Amino acid sequence: MYAYDELDRTLINERVSEFRDQVKRRLAGELTEDEFKMLRLQNGVYLQLHAYMFRVAIPYGTLSSKQLRALARVARRYDRGYGHFTTRQNIQFNWIKLAELPDALADLAEVGIHAMQTSGNNMRNVTSDQWAGVAPGEVEDPRIWSEILRQHTTLHPEFSFLPRKFKIAITASEHDRAAIKVHDIGLRLHRNADGETGFEVLVGGGLGRTPFIAKTIKPFVPGRDILSYVEAILRVYNQYGRRDNIYKARIKILVHELGIEKFAREVDEEWRQMDGGGLTLDHSVIEEVRSRFSYPAYEKLPHMPDELKQAAHDPLFERWRKNSVAPHKVQGYSIVTLSLKPVGGPPGDATADQMDAVADLADRYSFGEIRVGHEQNLALPHVAKRDLPQLWKALDRIGLATPNVNLVTDIIACPGLDYCSLANARSIPIAQELTRRFANHDTAEMIGRLHINISGCINACGHHHVGHIGILGVEKNGEEFYQITIGGRADENAQMGALIGPAVPYAEVADVIEDIVEAYLALRDRPEELFVDTVKRLGVEPFKERVYATR
Amino acid sequence: MPLVKQGRITTDPFVHAVDGAELPDDGAILVPAARFLEDPEAVLKRAGKVGVIWPNNRDLDDLVPYLDRLAAVALVFPSFRDGRAYSQARLLRERHGYDGEMRATGQVLRDQFVFMSRAGFDAFEVKKDADADAFAATVKRYSVFYQPTGDGRVTAFNRRMQLRHSESAGQ
Amino acid sequence: MTSPLQQKIKITGPSMVTANRTSDGVVIYRTAQQGWSASLSDAAIVRTSDEARALLNEANADDVGAIGAYIAPVELKEGGEIKPGNLREHIRSKGLTIDLLPA
Repeated sequence: MYAYDELDRTLINERVSEFRDQVKRRLAGELTEDEFKMLRLQNGVYLQLHAYMFRVAIPYGTLSSKQLRALARVARRYDRGYGHFTTRQNIQFNWIKLAELPDALADLAEVGIHAMQTSGNNMRNVTSDQWAGVAPGEVEDPRIWSEILRQHTTLHPEFSFLPRKFKIAITASEHDRAAIKVHDIGLRLHRNADGETGFEVLVGGGLGRTPFIAKTIKPFVPGRDILSYVEAILRVYNQYGRRDNIYKARIKILVHELGIEKFAREVDEEWRQMDGGGLTLDHSVIEEVRSRFSYPAYEKLPHMPDELKQAAHDPLFERWRKNSVAPHKVQGYSIVTLSLKPVGGPPGDATADQMDAVADLADRYSFGEIRVGHEQNLALPHVAKRDLPQLWKALDRIGLATPNVNLVTDIIACPGLDYCSLANARSIPIAQELTRRFANHDTAEMIGRLHINISGCINACGHHHVGHIGILGVEKNGEEFYQITIGGRADENAQMGALIGPAVPYAEVADVIEDIVEAYLALRDRPEELFVDTVKRLGVEPFKERVYATR
Repeated sequence: MPLVKQGRITTDPFVHAVDGAELPDDGAILVPAARFLEDPEAVLKRAGKVGVIWPNNRDLDDLVPYLDRLAAVALVFPSFRDGRAYSQARLLRERHGYDGEMRATGQVLRDQFVFMSRAGFDAFEVKKDADADAFAATVKRYSVFYQPTGDGRVTAFNRRMQLRHSESAGQ
Repeated sequence: MTSPLQQKIKITGPSMVTANRTSDGVVIYRTAQQGWSASLSDAAIVRTSDEARALLNEANADDVGAIGAYIAPVELKEGGEIKPGNLREHIRSKGLTIDLLPA
């Protein structure tokens, strides 16, 4: 965990008091909505269909039990008793009253949580691998760098009014769980031939209307130079990013229009002239941040404790363990994913009671720490293997032990037209119907890893382009229709899915997805061949045939 | 539109040059970039002080040669959402060493004062009277700063390192 | 940006003006009495583009009380009952279409 010091706390409190003043001026009519809109967006407040929506940052996906309880309290006191975890390590509350927001923020500030820059045209929450610091084989804990970047990008005096929003993600593992290739800047921590730690810097990735996979702008930037290099990218973007057309304002368009080579030259030229710009990170500064991350006092535990051997006789436990429990870097410990995708439930939602219960379980079994991943699930990052059977029972009681992590029902979905003022079509009921269709765990296991991602509009908050199966809601003559893509992926081999054919109406989506899955089962050359690999091998055609032959 | 300098509302010594009209022989004037660049020497040899209004999409390289003879540079916020002038301000102060008046013009509102002063602005043509009145209080709203800029405020990183040094010195 | 006052307005059927209340975000409808109501049944119904424009201008003038006002279609049932004219307005008026708890 990162421990905030007096300076971090002071800044958050100062931000709360500034926002309180802004809300007061808005309610008194001293600020027009046109003026206030940008100010509220800079603090995570949107207007949705039914109410204001309030987005709170969970930097690099790490929460303490105390912080999670504070989120539960906000859900209960100021909202309707639940929250929605997003694809960018944020949580959203859907029914917040503007007049009460400053109080909610003040409550969160007490535990070091804020909503700064969770929307607006600025640098958004810096995200990272939800297994950071515990994943085996990691170069080092990417959260050290995420935190350095978080601080540097918070209330930045030069980059708070960028052409458009700006998202940074960091990974330090070979397997990318942070989807860095679909971010404005993706940072891959690695070591060069001399053993020095630094970053491969990727730029210009993103989804939305014009999706792009990020391109490498520099294969290695030493850790000490990462702030100045990011600053150089932002300065080029701030000056030359398009401001005439909101759909062309993201950095991906600038990179695309200039070409990565020319863009890289511009950045290098700026970087050279900056000459550090006071941003070169001394070893001591990095160590200072590192020192404020605490790690649990792990015990020396056996690889295979008796409790686990005994529990292995229970097939339900075994099914969950094989699905939701991942290896930890320390022997005798595991990383446990808590599925927020129960059959028939809205993906990524958690009730205040569940949040409180998870906080208690984190205290008992995970050194008080919780993680949030971009797949909209939670994780307990330090569970002793001997505790797994007890934890499983407790999770099952609160509905968080659905053994479907990475399976067909582990669906990523945006809030869609049920909540969102941008949406053209609903996302959640599509997801709910799909989880019911594939509710049989044996079937889901037989299908294997398959990511379905659903967005209710082209803005792609549900990451549909990079779902193994992507579903995009569109509107045709007042009716909800859905475009289906297949073959996308968000990991280190990220690519956009390909459209299989004309959009299908709301009522047919689940049938079509079933057809696609059945086609895959018939086409895969062996049970281990994942859906996305079968699509890669055979292309879209056989799936298209199957879906449209009878329609 | 009130002008705030040194934290106070003040009378503007500069007169905006009117398009097409002759420049007055003396007195401080603010000249649009295009007009200034037509004949910079002619403008600069006038008796009065000269400031230039520089648009936010024009390369600073054309302005840099004249910086040490300018009394003011006015940068423009055509909308409060358009942040290009923040970069221009920092570059003028931090890279080109400009130390004259740097004025924020256009859509200048209360909630940008902190960002602007951190970027190097020291004069503000404020759109609303109430915002100008609130300048002194607003600009002091924050006491913690994460980024180093040319404004010399000590960053959080620096304060922490100082704290560490004093702690270890005391041991 | 085009001011909402200058936007071209064309309606093809009976319509109302809706927005969200500034203080708490609640869905509201412009009434014929130059106020707002949280109930669609109180909405002023307009039938021509000129009427729609006038009602929207009046709504937009209340920048303190309401945000994001726009014109939306309605269906008029026999007996004068007002129904939302599309799915979006149906959801805004009736609430979520989904179960919040797993079922």
